[in-house]
Amino acid sequence: MYDVEKIRSDFPILSREVNGKPLTYLDNGASAQKPQVVIDAITRAYAEEYSNVHRGLHYLSNLATEKYETVRGTIARFLNAGHEDHIVMNSGTTEGINTIAYGWAMPNLEAGDEIILSVMEHHANIVPWHFLRERQGVVIKWVETAPDGSLDPQSVIDAITPKTKLIAITQCSNVLGTIVDVKSICHAARDRGVATLVDGSQGAVHMPVDVQDIGCDFYAITGHKLYGPSSSGAIYVRPERMAEMRPFMGGGDMIKEVSRDRVIYNDAPMKFEAGTPGIVQMIGLGVALDYMMGVGMDKIAAHEADLKSYASERLSGLNWVSVQGQAPEKAAIFSFTLEGAAHAHDISTILDKKGVAVRAGQHCAGPLMEHLGVAATCRASFGMYNTRAEVDVLVDALELAHELFA
Amino acid sequence: MASAAFEEIVEDFEFLEDWEDRYRHVIEQGKAMAPLDDALKVPATKVDGCASQVWLHPTIENGVFHFDGESDAMIVRGLIAVLRALYNGLSVAEVLQVDARAEMGRLGLNEHLSAQRSNGLTAMVQRIRETAAAAA
Repeated sequence: MYDVEKIRSDFPILSREVNGKPLTYLDNGASAQKPQVVIDAITRAYAEEYSNVHRGLHYLSNLATEKYETVRGTIARFLNAGHEDHIVMNSGTTEGINTIAYGWAMPNLEAGDEIILSVMEHHANIVPWHFLRERQGVVIKWVETAPDGSLDPQSVIDAITPKTKLIAITQCSNVLGTIVDVKSICHAARDRGVATLVDGSQGAVHMPVDVQDIGCDFYAITGHKLYGPSSSGAIYVRPERMAEMRPFMGGGDMIKEVSRDRVIYNDAPMKFEAGTPGIVQMIGLGVALDYMMGVGMDKIAAHEADLKSYASERLSGLNWVSVQGQAPEKAAIFSFTLEGAAHAHDISTILDKKGVAVRAGQHCAGPLMEHLGVAATCRASFGMYNTRAEVDVLVDALELAHELFA
Repeated sequence: MASAAFEEIVEDFEFLEDWEDRYRHVIEQGKAMAPLDDALKVPATKVDGCASQVWLHPTIENGVFHFDGESDAMIVRGLIAVLRALYNGLSVAEVLQVDARAEMGRLGLNEHLSAQRSNGLTAMVQRIRETAAAAA
């Protein structure tokens, strides 16, 4: 039994009003709200447990270090990473993918080497690869989605050539909701000696993740979408790949010894965590992941699958709404446009007046918008605390927008 | 300081009780506005900082300010129509005296002039003021 009302009561912000209407928060794809346990953990960390980590030998430093380092193990459990040393903690997926681009790809790829991306990648999984294209002559190869928004894993595998060094691909599109069969891609890539990076920014929010089963080399998560604090996150790195990485950022904490003419780096994963980290953010993320695992990732996935079915059914009943992406395997993320001249921002403005928070724009996915041939869409993205009743609120608000802009 | 055309809109708005009707009225104003000539939709007339596309083409003749504009978003297009009523026909000196936020507040539309809004109304007003200031 999934008690969504109990879950809702764990998130204080969900009981507030917006523009005089109860908040209907459907912008989870951009960032999710935080449960009270996370908020309490942040307060407690600053009020009672705070000091820098890995530095002092005093009581609070040891306490903060212990709290912080425990999170590494929590993330390893959340991703079934096998060992906590395979987790590099960071500020989120953007930092994670940049760490891989600078730390692994730049030293290991040469001019003419190829990186395969799908056309539905987020800019965070595009721009770091453009750096390699611009600076090292690495070639980016794009794999298109099918008209229904699905991505045939075979089309990715078929794009592999002897020059391919990396496949960097999302597990779940932030625009279309398409869930990608990353396991098939990663296993085929591994057989061919090609490294794989899975962008789990959306995927890890909506389904149980097992990086060993997926068989990827890198898997990136971002804490603020996982009901945790902003500026928290991590990457899983397969140990063989970790050994091929050089440090990306230099500073404190990632070294053992520094002298005038020599640096001895710390062991991995610390080698990839320069400077004072987001101590409290990471402690909060640990609590958020425990919260999700406590509810059960399979139960969250089942609840959201029900929301997806219901929202699909309700939206398909509106013949003036055009939903982008109808892949059979899809998360509860709906990008849509309205028939007629209304711009995505017009629609989101009206929805906002009804208390419904959605995102409007290009969703940091320029190549996909180009592929779809739309300037902008509205996106309603559901999370673990959303309800069927909120789908109805969305549909009512859309009917008003349709009437206003007709 | 506001034009007679704007005062007419203020009067119309006094009869509109809920926000739906006010928005409907703004959208109607936008629909009634003549589209901007495509030849005038160039980088020089594009207003940056807008989430939707916005163009603004000001002209000053004998010290009298006038602008035409357009947006691909219907609410913003309507807001442009309201701004045209507010500013067009004023002298450049008068343009600089207009408190746009206060005037839009009389229509209950000042939320569109808050700094966080990315619909570009703030950027449009700034462009209008800059143009007038350069000619003053």
